[in-house]
Amino acid sequence: MLSEQLLRMEGINKSFPGVNALKDVRFEARAGEVHALLGENGAGKSTLMKILAGVYSKDTGRIIYKGKEINLPNPRAAQHLGIGIIHQELNLAQHLTAAQNIFIGREPRSLLGLMLDEKQMNEDAKKLFAMLRLDLDPRTRVMDLVVAKQQMIEIAKALSFNSGLLIMDEPTAALNDKETEELFRIIRHLKDGGVGIIYISHRMDEIKKIADRITVMRDGAWIDTVNAADVEMDQIINMMVGRKLDEMSRAPGVTGSDEVVLSVRNLNRGGFIKDACFEVHRGEILGFAGLMGAGRTEVARAVFGADRVDSGEIFICGKKVRIRQPRDAVKHGVGYLSEDRKRFGLALGMDVEANIALASMEKFLGFGGVVNRKATRKTGAQFVESLAIKTPSLAQKVRFLSGGNQQKVIIAKWIVRNSNILFFDEPTRGIDVGAKFEVYKLLNRLAAEGKTVIMISSEMLEVIRLCTRVLVMCEGRITGELSGDEITQENILRLATLREAN
Amino acid sequence: MSTIAEKPVAAASAQKFGSSATQKLLAFGSLVVMLIIFSLATPNFFRVDNMISIMLSTAVAGVLGIGVTFVIITGGIDLSIGTLMTFCAVITGVFITNWHFPVLIGVLAGLLTGSLIGCCSGVLVSKLKLPPFIVTLGMMLIVKGLSLVISGTKPIYFVDTESFNLIAMGTMLDLSAIIPDFAIPNAVLIFFGVAAIAGFILNKTVLGRYTFAMGSNEEAVRLSGVNVDAWKIGIYTLSGAIVGVAGILIASRLNSAQPALGQGYELDAIAAAVIGGVSLSGGEGTILGTVIGAFIMSVLINGLRILNVPQEWQTVVTGLIVIFAVYTDNLRRRKG
Repeated sequence: MLSEQLLRMEGINKSFPGVNALKDVRFEARAGEVHALLGENGAGKSTLMKILAGVYSKDTGRIIYKGKEINLPNPRAAQHLGIGIIHQELNLAQHLTAAQNIFIGREPRSLLGLMLDEKQMNEDAKKLFAMLRLDLDPRTRVMDLVVAKQQMIEIAKALSFNSGLLIMDEPTAALNDKETEELFRIIRHLKDGGVGIIYISHRMDEIKKIADRITVMRDGAWIDTVNAADVEMDQIINMMVGRKLDEMSRAPGVTGSDEVVLSVRNLNRGGFIKDACFEVHRGEILGFAGLMGAGRTEVARAVFGADRVDSGEIFICGKKVRIRQPRDAVKHGVGYLSEDRKRFGLALGMDVEANIALASMEKFLGFGGVVNRKATRKTGAQFVESLAIKTPSLAQKVRFLSGGNQQKVIIAKWIVRNSNILFFDEPTRGIDVGAKFEVYKLLNRLAAEGKTVIMISSEMLEVIRLCTRVLVMCEGRITGELSGDEITQENILRLATLREAN
Repeated sequence: MSTIAEKPVAAASAQKFGSSATQKLLAFGSLVVMLIIFSLATPNFFRVDNMISIMLSTAVAGVLGIGVTFVIITGGIDLSIGTLMTFCAVITGVFITNWHFPVLIGVLAGLLTGSLIGCCSGVLVSKLKLPPFIVTLGMMLIVKGLSLVISGTKPIYFVDTESFNLIAMGTMLDLSAIIPDFAIPNAVLIFFGVAAIAGFILNKTVLGRYTFAMGSNEEAVRLSGVNVDAWKIGIYTLSGAIVGVAGILIASRLNSAQPALGQGYELDAIAAAVIGGVSLSGGEGTILGTVIGAFIMSVLINGLRILNVPQEWQTVVTGLIVIFAVYTDNLRRRKG
């Protein structure tokens, strides 16, 4: 059955400062179909959809909706045309009720438009919920609802605009299996009503279940559009990944010794970490792979003492340790390099020298607590040279360094601090390709020098290239361990979507 | 990884009852307890003239508190309200005493001044994306300076217009027939009137809805297609107008505009709001809560004074109460 074309986007280009996010992308969707949009993190899916929802404006290109070329200067314009979006992050005002959230910006009014007609609004919301067969009191405050219900409110909100086209950006990221089934029921219901649905997800099993057609994007470009029934999932994954594996020369393996330096047993933290157990050896680069929100950062933060855990034991070099706050972790030689360098890792307004010395000030104190500038200068100069930090001088403010060089400053900081176990959370996020390779070299060198490196990364190629052993997480559980030749994109993706059977 | 995606989880598990409601109940309970304790401690406390004196001293801080409540619920803060109140009083004084305009025109000029300055703060906050703390800190100094400039640093007395004094000190509700000496000053009635209107705006109108929505999740409101900037400017303007009312009240009560007065009032007003359960992180709060908060502050000061606690110590106790109020608020939040 070939239904009518609802949307056509062609020649879409969009760049952000420093990034060419979309390159000549095309996309089309039909009424009454579920069209899955797939690609790795950073492939440009969300950017494309935000353009379609009027959140971003395109640099060039045409959007034809229902046969007419349209302009989308703001979210409201898209809503008026009946293009609804459910963003990846929930966008609800937690303090307001379900109905108030749905009708925000177009509340029913009474008394010459001055007063809110709360009664009318609640009735309208109730009708909407009934249509979705959703059992929910419109007067419930959003903060009192579980995430799945909040998601349903977003959907109800999008539908209340009489959307002819509904974009769902990872709608099941926070849902369990049963809630996902419920969502699928609603999606099918909408589909039968002729609504076109664009569905973004990382979960291959879901795509197979719900999608009619699949479009794959990679590195900001359109790759292919296929019928879901005609392809195997392996083919799709190959399209997403693109490069053949043998193009990726693996770095000469740093295998590590047999000595276990860190052992974590039965770590639990609410719904974020479920019974995580793992060991890391001296001189090894251990990878943590998984999808967004799988719990990798949470594990690192828990070991580092940044978050309270419910239960679990941590052994460092065979000795049981209690880590209740980051200070304890640092004392035991554990370092954590946050994914958000600017927020957590650096004092941006201070210079290179000060940043390198910052975490170990007590080493540099002279008589009467005065900072020994001679010593900090020496240490700073030493690391600028050995890590090849590109900076005009030690007095350069860190703010003005490139992302890769900022990362090196943080690494220097932790080495000065005598950290032997280093967690790197997305160490190459937001830095350019050349600098990435320098960071890779540095990680290899650290491992070769006997440090233990644990790397969290969403870029599979990076994990495959660097790690001798990879743990894959899904929904807070470690779903598998891969080593040597087992570390392939296919295996990682399979484990990353291996969800707990209910 | 997505810390963003986790937020709703944490929020969803928050306590069932609106924490604002609990805080209000707690605040009201403390008020009653305080009234009982002071009444038992000294017979001079629970007397008609003292009760009227408490109400009168609550009126100005209470109106200011109501004004700032709107801004705080959006997630902002307004430090300029104390000196802006004085500025409005001075403008009114200039209109009435120096320029001999009718009282009504002078009052309108005062209210307009408040709205205008509020509007300016709103524009700076929303259009230039400056932090409210900085904008209103600057505005606090600007209007303080302007008050001194315009008045020539001298008080302006309302000598020729007796009716102006009656705005606050006259009484339209004389209950002396029922309870001897129980004549409620107009200032108190105006305070309650402002509270009622503000409560209506906050709960029943679109402006009020967006006040909460912005404080709760401004990005969500923006993505819903609402002109967030315009509404925010509207909220700051309304807040300024309410501050104008406080300016008229204080000028009328003192029968003069005192240009050096005002600084410090903003903190009492913010304290009243916070004690009454208005969340400094935005999204939560009620007018009734702020009114109760304002009463707690003045009952406390009044009671301590009657018990002959030196004024220096009264100030210390007020500080402790504010910290305690925010602490209990925090406690409940964390428990959720």
